[in-house]
Amino acid sequence: MRPHHCELCHIDLKHVSVSRGGQEVLQDVSMHIHCSQLTVLIGQNGAGKTTLIRALLGEIPYTGSIRHQDGKGKPVGHLRIGYVPQHLAFDQDMPVTVQDFMAAAFTRRPVWTGVSRKVRAEILEALKVVHAPEVIDRPLGRCSGGELQRVLLALALRPSPDLLVLDEPVSGIDQNGLKMFLDTVNELRTGRHIAILLVSHDLRFVREYADHVVLLDKTVLIQGAPDPVFESEAFARVFGTGVE
Amino acid sequence: MEGIYSLMDVLLPFPSLQFSFMKNAFLAILLLTPLLGLLGTMAVNQQMAFFSDALGHSALTGIGLGMILGVGNDLVSMLVFGVIWAVLIGLIKHTGSASADTVISVFSSTSVAAGLLILSRGGGFAKYSSLLIGDILAVTPQDILYLLLALIAGTVLWMLLYNGLLLTSINASLAHSRSIPTRLYEIAFSILVAVAVMLAIRWVGVMLINALLILPAASARNLSRNARQHAVLSVLFALVSGMAGLFSSYAWNTSAGAAIILYAAMIYAVSLLLRRKVRG
Repeated sequence: MRPHHCELCHIDLKHVSVSRGGQEVLQDVSMHIHCSQLTVLIGQNGAGKTTLIRALLGEIPYTGSIRHQDGKGKPVGHLRIGYVPQHLAFDQDMPVTVQDFMAAAFTRRPVWTGVSRKVRAEILEALKVVHAPEVIDRPLGRCSGGELQRVLLALALRPSPDLLVLDEPVSGIDQNGLKMFLDTVNELRTGRHIAILLVSHDLRFVREYADHVVLLDKTVLIQGAPDPVFESEAFARVFGTGVE
Repeated sequence: MEGIYSLMDVLLPFPSLQFSFMKNAFLAILLLTPLLGLLGTMAVNQQMAFFSDALGHSALTGIGLGMILGVGNDLVSMLVFGVIWAVLIGLIKHTGSASADTVISVFSSTSVAAGLLILSRGGGFAKYSSLLIGDILAVTPQDILYLLLALIAGTVLWMLLYNGLLLTSINASLAHSRSIPTRLYEIAFSILVAVAVMLAIRWVGVMLINALLILPAASARNLSRNARQHAVLSVLFALVSGMAGLFSSYAWNTSAGAAIILYAAMIYAVSLLLRRKVRG
């Protein structure tokens, strides 16, 4: 368990902009992602949600600043991000099991030489946290969308991240799978001191789970607690009324 | 070398192996096929069959350019050009201006055309035709030393790269978020494939080399459920096809490369039939 002083720490985005091909695809985004809170990013397709994530991950260049700070605004070391991608576009036929996949991330020993008992135990432990220990020996291509999300979540939680970035799948997961996934995420929020950023393509659960909602359309249109955001004019403009 | 030869006489008392050219060929296959089998697993998983085919074709240009520049050793010119070609294809693929298979096709045909143009000057291509179909009996003791070094270096590098490459092939952003330099890994892998392909090409031939990389791994994949089985079976299939092909070509007096690939293709056919039983 980490010390509680991190309770007030947050990731501070200031004036983050991203240009691609001479066009600004993300413009002056400023927001706080707080520890022990679920921050949800919503917006239409092409609003820049994935671009913002890629900037956070350091995959694409951006201007502005992204800082990891404690309650007094002092910088807190390197920001460790656990990332759950939206989907895995891998070859379904690949003979790689969940254990192979996770061991490849956890250890240096090449997976094709085998996985030690110790590492297997560690993987099982990680899978238990997301309530999916039964998939350990299953080939990745045989896992359902929901199971894959859990495996990815288990992976993102080791080593324990400061910020967990979840790119919720647009499709491929049934309602039950999504609910279970979000329930697990919700447990993490209360059980660990992690800041969670969820990119949601599905508004149904957002109001129920989110602490902080950010509505994005190239820039931040509005952010705050779920209710005011959902009742705002900007929200109605982006999603129309009657979505709820 | 003499010591190894006499050891082989004791351990492998086959009539066909009494000749030293067969001993050399045997050792070359023993050293090279396992590495190709291992690399093949990732090439197949990353759907790089077309890429490695293009690399094989670049050997023609490599030799042609080496000739023009006055490089005495064909292997050196093939290796240098193959590595440069691998890196170039990798870099251009990433710019994303055209789809990967189009880019690779352009590279492949360009290198074949350039190679043929240079090597056919004055109507003299006939003396290079062995490049196309390979000549396993051309292995020299010095080649075997190079192969041994390549096998050791290749395997070590492969041990270091494998996990990162596996993650990258599943999701590059995920790999990146775990501090894996994905581009560097991919380029290192391309170089490794280029080196292994160039080392084998003189014996297997430009036309067939890609099959030796892809077929064993593709067969193994039909029969595996996890990464370990995939690697072990792929190495085994590459080795078995190599050995069976070598001895058959001796008995039939045919091209060894062709015999090797036909064995590999037979294994593939059987693996397809068994696939359902094994993978369920």
